[in-house]
Amino acid sequence: MLETGFEVRQRERRLVTTRALVAGALVILGFALILLRLLHLQVNRHEYFSVLSQDNRVKVQPVPPTRGLIYDTKGRLLADNHPSFALEITLEKVEDLAQTIDALSELIRIEEKDRARFARLRRQRMRFQGVPIRLNLTEAEVARFAVNGHRFAGVDVRAELIRTYPYGALTAHALGYVGRINEQELASIDTSQYAGTNFIGKVGTEKTHETLLHGRVGYQQVEVNARGRILRTLESTPPQPGQDLLLYLDVSLQQAATDALGGRRGVVVAMDPRDGGVLALVSEPSFDPNLFVEGISHADYRELLYSPDKPLFNRAVRGQYPPGSTVKPFIGLGGLALGVVGPEKTTYCPGYFSLPGQRHRFRCWRRGGHGAVTLEQAMVQSCDVYFYSLAHQMGIGQLHEFLSRFGFGTRTGIDVSGELPGLLPSPEWKQRVRKRLWYPGETLILGIGQGSFLATPLQLAAATAALANRGRFIQPRLARASRLPGTAAAQPLPLASRRVDAGDPRNWDRMIADMTQVVEGRRGTARRIRSPHYRIAGKTGTAQVFTVGQKESYDAAKVPERMRDHALFTAFAPVEDPRIVIAVLVENGGHGGATAAPVARQVMDAYLEGLGLIPTHETENGG
Amino acid sequence: MAVRFTPSLPDRDMEPGEPGLLRRIHIDAPLLLGLLALCGFGLLVLYSASGQDPLTVRRQLIRLGVAFGVMLVLAQVPPTSLRRWSLGIYAAGVGMLVAVLLFGETGKGAQRWLEVGGLRFQPSELLKIALPMAAAWLLSLRPLPPRLLEILLVVMLTLIPVLLIAEQPDLGTSLLVASAGVMVLFIAGLSWSMILGLASLAAAIAPLLWLVMHDYQRARVLTFLNPESDPLGTGYHIIQSQIAIGSGGIYGKGWLNGTQSHLEFLPERHTDFIFAVVGEELGFSGILALLALYLVVILRGLLIAVRAPDNYGRLLAGGLTLVFFVYVFVNTGMVTGLLPVVGIPLPLVSYGGTSMVTLLAGFGLVMGVATHKK
Repeated sequence: MLETGFEVRQRERRLVTTRALVAGALVILGFALILLRLLHLQVNRHEYFSVLSQDNRVKVQPVPPTRGLIYDTKGRLLADNHPSFALEITLEKVEDLAQTIDALSELIRIEEKDRARFARLRRQRMRFQGVPIRLNLTEAEVARFAVNGHRFAGVDVRAELIRTYPYGALTAHALGYVGRINEQELASIDTSQYAGTNFIGKVGTEKTHETLLHGRVGYQQVEVNARGRILRTLESTPPQPGQDLLLYLDVSLQQAATDALGGRRGVVVAMDPRDGGVLALVSEPSFDPNLFVEGISHADYRELLYSPDKPLFNRAVRGQYPPGSTVKPFIGLGGLALGVVGPEKTTYCPGYFSLPGQRHRFRCWRRGGHGAVTLEQAMVQSCDVYFYSLAHQMGIGQLHEFLSRFGFGTRTGIDVSGELPGLLPSPEWKQRVRKRLWYPGETLILGIGQGSFLATPLQLAAATAALANRGRFIQPRLARASRLPGTAAAQPLPLASRRVDAGDPRNWDRMIADMTQVVEGRRGTARRIRSPHYRIAGKTGTAQVFTVGQKESYDAAKVPERMRDHALFTAFAPVEDPRIVIAVLVENGGHGGATAAPVARQVMDAYLEGLGLIPTHETENGG
Repeated sequence: MAVRFTPSLPDRDMEPGEPGLLRRIHIDAPLLLGLLALCGFGLLVLYSASGQDPLTVRRQLIRLGVAFGVMLVLAQVPPTSLRRWSLGIYAAGVGMLVAVLLFGETGKGAQRWLEVGGLRFQPSELLKIALPMAAAWLLSLRPLPPRLLEILLVVMLTLIPVLLIAEQPDLGTSLLVASAGVMVLFIAGLSWSMILGLASLAAAIAPLLWLVMHDYQRARVLTFLNPESDPLGTGYHIIQSQIAIGSGGIYGKGWLNGTQSHLEFLPERHTDFIFAVVGEELGFSGILALLALYLVVILRGLLIAVRAPDNYGRLLAGGLTLVFFVYVFVNTGMVTGLLPVVGIPLPLVSYGGTSMVTLLAGFGLVMGVATHKK
């Protein structure tokens, strides 16, 4: 039977109405179910839950682990935790904040900067969290507050372990520092692991080894009274303390390197070529890391940040400089490895080099030229023309490939945060970044470590270590091992190494012999640092900061100090059994042989004396 | 079995006479009053649950203002226009869900947000409205009750976003969206045998759901079954909220006097578990009052559905209202320990913005159905 439209609509209407009524009934039923449940909880079992609520005094609290300590290679403590007492105000428990602080200041010294910090931190924390109004209370102040504390609801003394760096600025760039966890960090860490922890590694090795140093959080069940105060601990899962870090770093060598720089801006990176251990990592000037732990004041921070000497800048791992002539050993080795040059083959140096069919002259540092030079002579006298020619013959493709084997253009992966990769230019890079074609001339200046080529002092040290090791490239690292506090056995940290291929193994010996002549040879550019006790292999370098025009000449006296060349020197010693590899950079120091090489000699002396390999310096006679 | 039932409810739409001022700006006064009362109640509880933090209350007030604004704007749209846009809005919503999975922002282990020109946006919220719209549109194409083909199409329309949202993963929202599809079908007169069939199908799918669940979701189900097994982990929520509610008794400990909530034993006390604060501080009587307000809103919504001039309006208003009920039921069930912990807030009371806007936007559509003549 067909229905009319009206009938259909009537039927639909009835249908929906019925369903709505059923739904309404179900809704009431659902609410009734909830209410029944509530009757059960709130009436039947009210007594039971009231008792539980009264007794609900067991809270779970995190117990933060103690941060691991950091020791140098001789067991000297570089990063320590020392207890400090802070006065904290919990905002939600305080009635009149201003009045409380005023009353407190009669008892305990509260300065303007304390109030400023309080105002700043207060905005970052929840109302039930404590905000410090004074840090580093003296024992007398703690005692004074203990007597009067009952007058101040919501104000507590809290003991906290504060990181200290006994050597301060000396180890700042290597270790880095910890600081209070900020909101960005909070988003990237496992917050339960950091419950109750206030500090986190911000930079340096403190940051790289954060997981190891931090440890694992523990928990305790505590009984609290009705006002939330802890009465006793019921049960606890102890935290797993952070592991101690044992470094290769040698504080006395670090000091020797800093002294050798003598207040000049610069870098000393010293490595043990046998295991990649960083013995010294100095970037001068430095800063006091202890300032950062509790939160540095704006004035102090501004002073550090805007100082023209850039003390916060870690030149060793973040300073990207043109490597200058210090890359010549690697390019010479490339020439040998690829068979482009032989040890006996000479190149004529008239004082300049021109590409075939071009008039532009790429100048040698010696205007008059070196005449016919072999690879050894080119290395010893640092002849630029020889390397222009070699680079030209190798071509940018082979040059780029061979240099990248030594880690140029990539981060070494050292366990110090913030490392930069430098820049090993290539036509592809130039096309991608600068949207320009590669010029043949750029290949030439790459051959003497100039142009867009940039390397960090750490990269130079690591590459030189691979040379000293005859092709074993080891990733530099600061930490040797980790150790659970209270245990004797240290767990060595993994060592990463790879082989660098340079063709005939004798090529290494040839290049090392040439580098030895740089120091030991009669005409070597670093002959003045020759030592009577051991033999040094090295290479001087000068990195241009200021570009000299085609027809001009560079006159150091006419160039402002900060535009003068950087002095570079890379070396290892003793040649026969290398124990120390070193890269020195003195900013605006001029010529590498004159400025940087003596710094390296001083550091190598100190190290080899310490090892007992050479007689100790007669300090009494030294004047 | 045919239910013989003749509607005897008063039908004001048929009455002659000038509509009132509120009606002309498309506001349903009883519904508005119910919602305002609920929000007012919610603000009072929130003030206590947040530890008397005026900032939290002020933020919630701002969100409420925005949400009510959205509601009033949407109420102006005639259901005939809504009906035309239904499928388009639905398709756009599903498209954005796919985009979220592809390039969405991750927060707390789940990927729910889409950022468009600096604005963060949660497309799964849109589906809570877009799905009932699309389902109502589809079912209003032919006379009710729906035939098998339409039922299957609605099931498909529902499953697509539900699975996409479950993938994010957001179990609570996917549950709500799924319930929206089911509720529209129910109002549309899905036969009882069909309802039975779908229920058994769901029961059969449930074990499969277990397989695709994330570990934390499985843990929640397990602790629901036995909260004491993990008193310091997931079970902590359930135990603490029951203690809070149970200790409240009939009259409660008094506003601002809840010890469980104020001593921070109760987790999520101003968001998902705010119902426990009501139970502790205002007791059974306070909860009775709150549930009565919810009942007023829900029954009013159903009445609007019954009185709607066409099937689209009926299904949309009925579906949206019943989803609101599911919100209330799942949250209160979870807080009282009847249901497993699913992240669904107590509507219009819990602290938080996104769901508030969606809920009131939905009620805006319901008001539109109530106040626009065909």
